[in-house]
Amino acid sequence: MTYHNPPTPPRKSATFDDASLAEIRRAAATGIYDIRGGGTKRHVPHFDDLLFLGASMSRYPLEGYRERCDTSVTLGTRYAKKPIELKIPVTIAGMSFGALSGAAKEALGRGATLSGTSTTTGDGGMTDEERGHSELLVYQYLPSRYGMNPVDLRRADAIEIVIGQGAKPGGGGMLLGQKISDRVAEMRTLPKGIDQRSACRHPDWTGPDDLEIKILELREITDWEKPIYIKVGGARPYYDTALAVKAGADVVVIDGMQGGTAATQDVFIEHVGQPILACIRPAVQALQDLGLHRKVQLVVSGGIRSGADVAKALALGADAVSVGTAALVALGDNDPKWEADYAALGTTAGAYDDWHEGKDPAGITTQDPALASRLDPVAAGRRLANYLKVITLEAQTIARACGHNHLHNLEPEDLVALTIEAAAMAQVPLAGTSWIPGRTGI
Amino acid sequence: MPAFDLATTPIRDLNQALHAIGQGANDRSFEVRNPRGSHAVAVGCAAPVTVTVHGPVGYYCGGMNAAAEIVIHGSAGPGVGENMMSGRIIVEGDASQYAGATGRGGLLVIKGNASSRCGISMKGIDIVVGGNIGHMSAFMGQSGHLVVFGDAGEALGDSLYEAKLFVRGKVKSLGADCVEKEMRPEHLTTLDRLLSDAGMSGARPEEFRRYGSARRLYNFNIDNADAY
Repeated sequence: MTYHNPPTPPRKSATFDDASLAEIRRAAATGIYDIRGGGTKRHVPHFDDLLFLGASMSRYPLEGYRERCDTSVTLGTRYAKKPIELKIPVTIAGMSFGALSGAAKEALGRGATLSGTSTTTGDGGMTDEERGHSELLVYQYLPSRYGMNPVDLRRADAIEIVIGQGAKPGGGGMLLGQKISDRVAEMRTLPKGIDQRSACRHPDWTGPDDLEIKILELREITDWEKPIYIKVGGARPYYDTALAVKAGADVVVIDGMQGGTAATQDVFIEHVGQPILACIRPAVQALQDLGLHRKVQLVVSGGIRSGADVAKALALGADAVSVGTAALVALGDNDPKWEADYAALGTTAGAYDDWHEGKDPAGITTQDPALASRLDPVAAGRRLANYLKVITLEAQTIARACGHNHLHNLEPEDLVALTIEAAAMAQVPLAGTSWIPGRTGI
Repeated sequence: MPAFDLATTPIRDLNQALHAIGQGANDRSFEVRNPRGSHAVAVGCAAPVTVTVHGPVGYYCGGMNAAAEIVIHGSAGPGVGENMMSGRIIVEGDASQYAGATGRGGLLVIKGNASSRCGISMKGIDIVVGGNIGHMSAFMGQSGHLVVFGDAGEALGDSLYEAKLFVRGKVKSLGADCVEKEMRPEHLTTLDRLLSDAGMSGARPEEFRRYGSARRLYNFNIDNADAY
């Protein structure tokens, strides 16, 4: 009797899935790890796993179109003589000229200014375009110190000392040669066309004790006028926040792993750092333990898309949020109208992340003059302002429904979680229960 | 001559006075007494004044200096002349780590020894050291000159870009992508000028050896991975 193996439907491995197999083949073919832009693409617990309760018998809502819900926030009240007054608690995250075109930086400044908020320089220094079009500009102080000079330091409205970013806590950067144009090369004091490496550590201090002295120096240079932020990637939020406070920060910025980068290794983006949801409560706890919550402001970023995300971040205790990827999308990044161009690059609108190659069809992450000319900075700035207005209105809508007359009055008690993971990270009850994982009792 | 006694005067008063100097001001010379290792002494100067410091300073003395001449009659803590733009800083004693870090211009003279990471990430500054320098000096140096009368520690010029290094003594080891290069006439001319500007005598340019970037790491190549 002959045995016939009965046919079974093909079954792919959950471990060796299509993406894993493709990456193994790509690595074998090229001998180099994958570099890309953006933040993590894997699913991680996020604000979508939280819900607001809204008003009920014990909570009194505010009238949507009649009763005021304030959105203002002041950053830098601890030591700075000139804190930053924002009309909305949404700022534009640091992105460099070099990674972005000059027109894109201008558009970010225009949009932020129309909205009454700040924008931020990046690794490469301050351009006249962004200073000229940004009413409030935060100047990043990075390990590379590309473009760093005291004139720009003094014409900034705040200084952000970058320790790390969410996409790559502990990592430096690399701007590949094809994006090092004459102007970028001059600003960074580098030969044109070479790969520009950004160091992962600051060159002249090593720990929080040194950083305290570095902050003293920066305050002395700027006559104690500017708020000084410390930005960290989402790594050890409780201790990072406490040490930033100890070092003398006015503002702590924590960037979760959903936060984007111009370019780094995919393995870094996907496997180092924590989602922002896991970072907020420990950071707030650190501030509360030190008696400095709301006195040292907390700005969080990484995956902020909507007014619901803004409201949830603030309810968990942040003072403001930053947007980077969403701001680029508002400008026109990954717009389906360029689908033919994306297809020619072997990708599709919504998935394009090879920002480091300088071939961005939307003309945003490029130094190619022809591509960059596709972005009208005035129209793009308007789109960004529209987007910021919408997410602010959305956050206000939620806050009013919860009975709050300021976004900062949102609180963890307004929230429940849909998953055990989110409940544990956000330290709010699992929906339908009074259970907060990690805590005992009611 | 305005004088500041840091034993009794906050550092902020000194720096604010230096920042307040306008064009055509009469006070062009400042004296600092009893620094006692104070941090951030004479930082952010933006006018062509002379600041004479009598004693040792702490971190970041002369940080981001532009145009001023700062003379330290003592030793300097970490980061002396960090990110300086122009002007001149003279350390009569020794300097700690990161001297001249990320400096973009001007001249930093250290008459004694400098510790590790001297000239790290230098971007146009000229540094002349009368003694030895420590390990990892001129790491990722992009532009400018580092002149060392004595010896250099391990991993000199690691990941170097276009900064030019001149060492008279021994080099314990060179960092990734740093190599010894031919000393051509134009380099001797540059070195002669630097020694003259620094007021350092006792050595001829011909006694130094030149080190620079092999430029093998300028564009990423997986076959160079073991160099990183």
